[in-house]
Amino acid sequence: MIASEEQQEYMRSGHMACPGCGEASTMRLVLKVLGEKTIVVIVPSCVGVISATFPNSTFKVPCFHSAFEIAAPTAAGIANALRVQGREDVTALAFAGDGGTFDIGLQSLSGAADRNDNFIYVCLDNEAYMNTGIQSSSSTPQGVWTMTTPGGRQGRKKKFMQIIAAHRMPYAATASIGHPHDLMAKIRKAKNIKGTKFIHTLTPCPTGWRMPENLSAKAAMLAVETKLFPLYEVIDGTEYRITHQPLGLPVQEFTKIQGRYRHFTEEDTAILQREVDDEWEQLVAKTKGCKL
Amino acid sequence: MKTLLQGNYAVAEAVRLARVQLVAAYPITPQTPIYEKLSDMENEGILPGVMMRTESEHSAMAACIAASLTGVRTFTATASQGLALMHEMLHFASGNRVPIVMCNVNRVVAVPWAFGSDQSDSLSQRDTGWLQFYCEDAQEALDTVIQAYRIAEQALLPVMVAIDGFFTSHFIEPIEIPDQASVDAFLPAFSIPTRFNEADPAYIANVVNPEQYMGYRQKSFEDMENTRPLIKEANEEYQRIIGRGYEAVESVNTDDADIVLVTSGAMTSTARVTIQSLREKGVKAGLLKMKLLRPFPTREVQEILKNTRKIAVLDRNISLGKGGIWCQELKAALYPLENRPIITGYIAGICGADVSPDMIEDMVVKALERERSDDLPIWVRRDQ
Ligand SMILES: Cc1ncc(C[n+]2csc(CCOP(=O)(O)OP(=O)(O)O)c2C)c(N)n1
Ligand SMILES: [Mg+2]
Repeated sequence: MIASEEQQEYMRSGHMACPGCGEASTMRLVLKVLGEKTIVVIVPSCVGVISATFPNSTFKVPCFHSAFEIAAPTAAGIANALRVQGREDVTALAFAGDGGTFDIGLQSLSGAADRNDNFIYVCLDNEAYMNTGIQSSSSTPQGVWTMTTPGGRQGRKKKFMQIIAAHRMPYAATASIGHPHDLMAKIRKAKNIKGTKFIHTLTPCPTGWRMPENLSAKAAMLAVETKLFPLYEVIDGTEYRITHQPLGLPVQEFTKIQGRYRHFTEEDTAILQREVDDEWEQLVAKTKGCKL
Repeated sequence: MKTLLQGNYAVAEAVRLARVQLVAAYPITPQTPIYEKLSDMENEGILPGVMMRTESEHSAMAACIAASLTGVRTFTATASQGLALMHEMLHFASGNRVPIVMCNVNRVVAVPWAFGSDQSDSLSQRDTGWLQFYCEDAQEALDTVIQAYRIAEQALLPVMVAIDGFFTSHFIEPIEIPDQASVDAFLPAFSIPTRFNEADPAYIANVVNPEQYMGYRQKSFEDMENTRPLIKEANEEYQRIIGRGYEAVESVNTDDADIVLVTSGAMTSTARVTIQSLREKGVKAGLLKMKLLRPFPTREVQEILKNTRKIAVLDRNISLGKGGIWCQELKAALYPLENRPIITGYIAGICGADVSPDMIEDMVVKALERERSDDLPIWVRRDQ
């Protein structure tokens, strides 16, 4: 159910995202829940483009285009200033890409999470540095093509939620535009919790994933239903809960619609499938004994 | 009444008196006592704001920028490697036009690793769009930090207050701490508008085209120029209310001087004594103390030095491939003079190395003998 106040839009039409951009759809849903009492921090990423150029603005709420590696301390600085001013009804929200989160912004995010500063951090993970033209990040899955991994990436995608859980934040969750109600419910929850909240969203990128622009929502949904990107939440870094039971479709349902996986052999896909199954088991094991 | 305090604590007192609402900091020698003192104050409930113990100087500056944009008065302090790590954020602060005040405790930048005083850390941030003040002693540091808030908030530009590591930061000196009422009378409550207004949302730090970018830079340049009267006014008001003041450029016995020695920071105190004793020996020497680096007080130095034949500049910093930074700045400022003086640049006291009165005396006497300006500086070292 979408509450009536969530019918409002806080992103204007005519923004500058590519057609089918997963980041734009994610931000739209997040802002619908958070509403007008929100200050948005964006950093260099495709969001910097989507937000439009002077004198236009995509967002209908106050927005600050901060620097690449400081989404978290920027939101934290705003949150602390709001506290000093007694304006804690306003939510400080940061949007940052996978590069801005997994790589260059990891240290500053860790610092802010350690202080448990009061803001919501939404990582828009499209699994590469897209704004600069599809370069590999530590979020790019193993074997995947990017402009800097023309033969497929050697490294494996960083298990970022484990790093987040290690910080024992009051709330962390994965979410996806393929399951918009689940995403919005998680933002609703985060809004009412004090401290650092982290939402890891998978945001399909037709341009970088080499797929038709009308397949974004489907790709997001398939990532979840293949168990590649399970939907769950972590409370205080210890309490795990799976919020959507995936269908368990074969991984190639997800990979076969994307050009970045085009060179995958049957064996590559089998390896990926085994990894996905293992990780699912590990996740399920973490939920055992949890009170949620 | 005077209190015995080290310079770092004097700076912390200034931060308290300025009713700073948000401090974000990270430890580095020789700045740490500022951070610790402010933490004590927070613990005792006498620091009115919040402390953010960030994981780096880069994030400390990021947090100050964000909080300042949200409409609260902010402070941070750092030194050396910390300031270098902040570099990107320094441009970001001035570009965002946030009135942050930062104390930089001058220390050498590695490598080699060392800890002594050297202004190269802050001087090399000259072009980041911050106002920069260099202080001679702890009292001046305290007074300058308070003045800095008033100037920063009127100009909407950040201000850096530099003090010499260990000499000023750690030496214990008798300090006059102004009372809160006087500081309140001098420094109005923080009232710059919050740039985040839900009722009238704006997009801050948008992407612009080349013409817009250049226009913005020109406007910023002009606003930096317009801080000159603000700096003067702040000092006059401070003088009136609190009873002390400091010129952007201070001249001592320069009018009839055959040679003027130019210094900045803590070395100035030694230079004052030296100039006095040189006068007693019949050498007509004068002293020019540079407090302000940006905006550079070009008019003031031109006016003071227009009839001076010889100048010696003492730099506790070095720009490889050129020389002392104050010397370069001064040469450029004096170039338009009809009678260009003969300028000798000295590099001394790097990394807090000793600069004694007899060393300074020798520099002045030798500079007086020189008949032409030289491109290269003269290195003055005890061990040679
Ligand atoms: C310190 C710094 N280094 C590099 C850049 C260049 N840069 C801007 S956006 C970007 C890519 C961002 O990638 P990601 O965070 O994944 O977001 P996406 O573009 O994929 O949305 C890079 C490398 C920068 N702005 N700042
Ligand atoms: Mg990305």
